[in-house]
Amino acid sequence: MSLSPTDVERIAHLARLQLSEAELASYSVQLQAIVTFVDQLQAVDTVGVEPMVHAIELSNVLAADEVREGLSRDLALSNSPDHDDECFRVPAVLG
Amino acid sequence: MNAAPYTLVIGLEVHVQLRTKSKLFCRCSTEFGRPPNTQVCPVCLGLPGALPVLNKQAIDYAVRTGLALKSEIAKFTKWDRKNYFYPDLPKGYQTSQFDLPICSRGFLDISDSKGAFEPKRVRFIRAHLEEDAGKSMHDEVAGKADSRIDLNRAGTPLLEIVTEPDLRSPQEAKAFLTELRLLLLYLDVSDCNMQEGSLRCDANVNLHIPVDGKTVATPITEIKNLNSFRAVERALTYEAARQWDQWSNDHIAIGGRPKQTRGWDDVQGVTTLQREKEEASDYRYFPCPDLVPVTLTGADLDKARGELCELPAATRTRLVQQYELKEYDSDVIVSQGRELVDYFERAVVAGGPAKRVSSWIQQDILRLLNERQQSLTQLGFSAERLADLTKAIEAGTVDTSRGKEVFAKMLDDSALSVAAAIEALGIKAVDDSELMELCHQLLAENAKAVNEYRAGNAKALGALIGQAKKKNPNADPRKVQELCKQLIDSGAV
Ligand SMILES: [Zn+2]
Repeated sequence: MSLSPTDVERIAHLARLQLSEAELASYSVQLQAIVTFVDQLQAVDTVGVEPMVHAIELSNVLAADEVREGLSRDLALSNSPDHDDECFRVPAVLG
Repeated sequence: MNAAPYTLVIGLEVHVQLRTKSKLFCRCSTEFGRPPNTQVCPVCLGLPGALPVLNKQAIDYAVRTGLALKSEIAKFTKWDRKNYFYPDLPKGYQTSQFDLPICSRGFLDISDSKGAFEPKRVRFIRAHLEEDAGKSMHDEVAGKADSRIDLNRAGTPLLEIVTEPDLRSPQEAKAFLTELRLLLLYLDVSDCNMQEGSLRCDANVNLHIPVDGKTVATPITEIKNLNSFRAVERALTYEAARQWDQWSNDHIAIGGRPKQTRGWDDVQGVTTLQREKEEASDYRYFPCPDLVPVTLTGADLDKARGELCELPAATRTRLVQQYELKEYDSDVIVSQGRELVDYFERAVVAGGPAKRVSSWIQQDILRLLNERQQSLTQLGFSAERLADLTKAIEAGTVDTSRGKEVFAKMLDDSALSVAAAIEALGIKAVDDSELMELCHQLLAENAKAVNEYRAGNAKALGALIGQAKKKNPNADPRKVQELCKQLIDSGAV
């Protein structure tokens, strides 16, 4: 599978990354290398093998519906770039 | 109303907030209205390394709802990440279900007890579990152009229920939502409080227009922000007219223009364009590596099925069959919720005559609850007391109009029995000879009314009722009127 520069641009846009021409070129090469690496799996004969939905062979890890104390508000807000006494502050959200 | 030159086609997406105590993947409280950001933890803040654990109760509620909606419940269901960026979504993805939703298909039947539309079956496509986002509020402080984010709601469990485009009018859409809400309340899986956002609705709408023997469909719009049933009805009515106007102007059919998202403005009463999607949104769904799948066995589902309560449609039919209520009356009681159904049945079990109990509930109890904005419990008038009161009326111990006085008296004093209230009001049964004497007296004193009645004015005797009440407050007005008529008609007076 090969990636076109348009594919990479699109992926960057979806990830909200603004890439320069130089970055686009170098990331295209790196991303292509990753895809090629994973592409090796195509060589494996999977006829008769059940598709896997999850890497962990476990199911039904469940918790009872009981409220537990979380973080204090001060602590919760403390890591954010901007906040006031009550809320996180972010650039204006429109619509 | 089918004079419209098109068919309106509506599909709904309903987001139901499940009433779990803690969130879907962490144990933070879901309580509404707490101070901002006081119900948060590393999981729902999306802090690196925090691991989610699924709330079992949310699965139980989803299964219960799916069974009631006659859906197929997945024996195997998993969690997927829906990736997008928004400030109220701290992780950068919403944990949802993509290709293996917990419920598929199913249906809900709707009808109108006054026959406003034909009974109809509304089919479901799917229902899946997902987490809610936080809330963003635009800061009103002048000069500060930024938004404030409260993440208390982030991670609250939602069941998203998606219908087929089976609805054909705003009235049907409203009726569907009303019935779905009632069902969810019976199931006790959500408080369905629309003001608090526990039930939210988006609508997908377009028109099918007959053109030269073929049907042309207009581009689909998705209407967001429908926060009340009235808003749903108004927005759909508006949008149908808007699409018709647009079609009449440009004749652009589906495919000729991208799908639009429009927001409902409740104040202006219009839908406004929010965005046009050139292509299907690319959310790059992939299985969430942090959450393991959920499996349900046949035994799990049998158990859940066994625990299912009686559903509103079944209760409506049963009240008609078991107590011989009219369909309309049964519908009024059932539509008020399980609490009122229980109240009605307890009153009947305690000996109240079913039809009288039903009409007393509809005319007096519901009116009072509405006037006082109270619940049945707050009203403080037990089903047993209603049974005693309706029994007394049925037995003729008090007539209906004095029964209202007894009712009022009993409401004022929650310890007062019917017998005590009757005595306190000085109500005594009036025997036949007393009644006869009263009527003779009335007729003798009201020659004018008697003559008018003889001249063909059947209502003339109504004037005597007030006088009868003054002479003897216990005289049943209906009996007085009947006896007076008899006396005149038979020539005795
Ligand atoms: Zn949390």
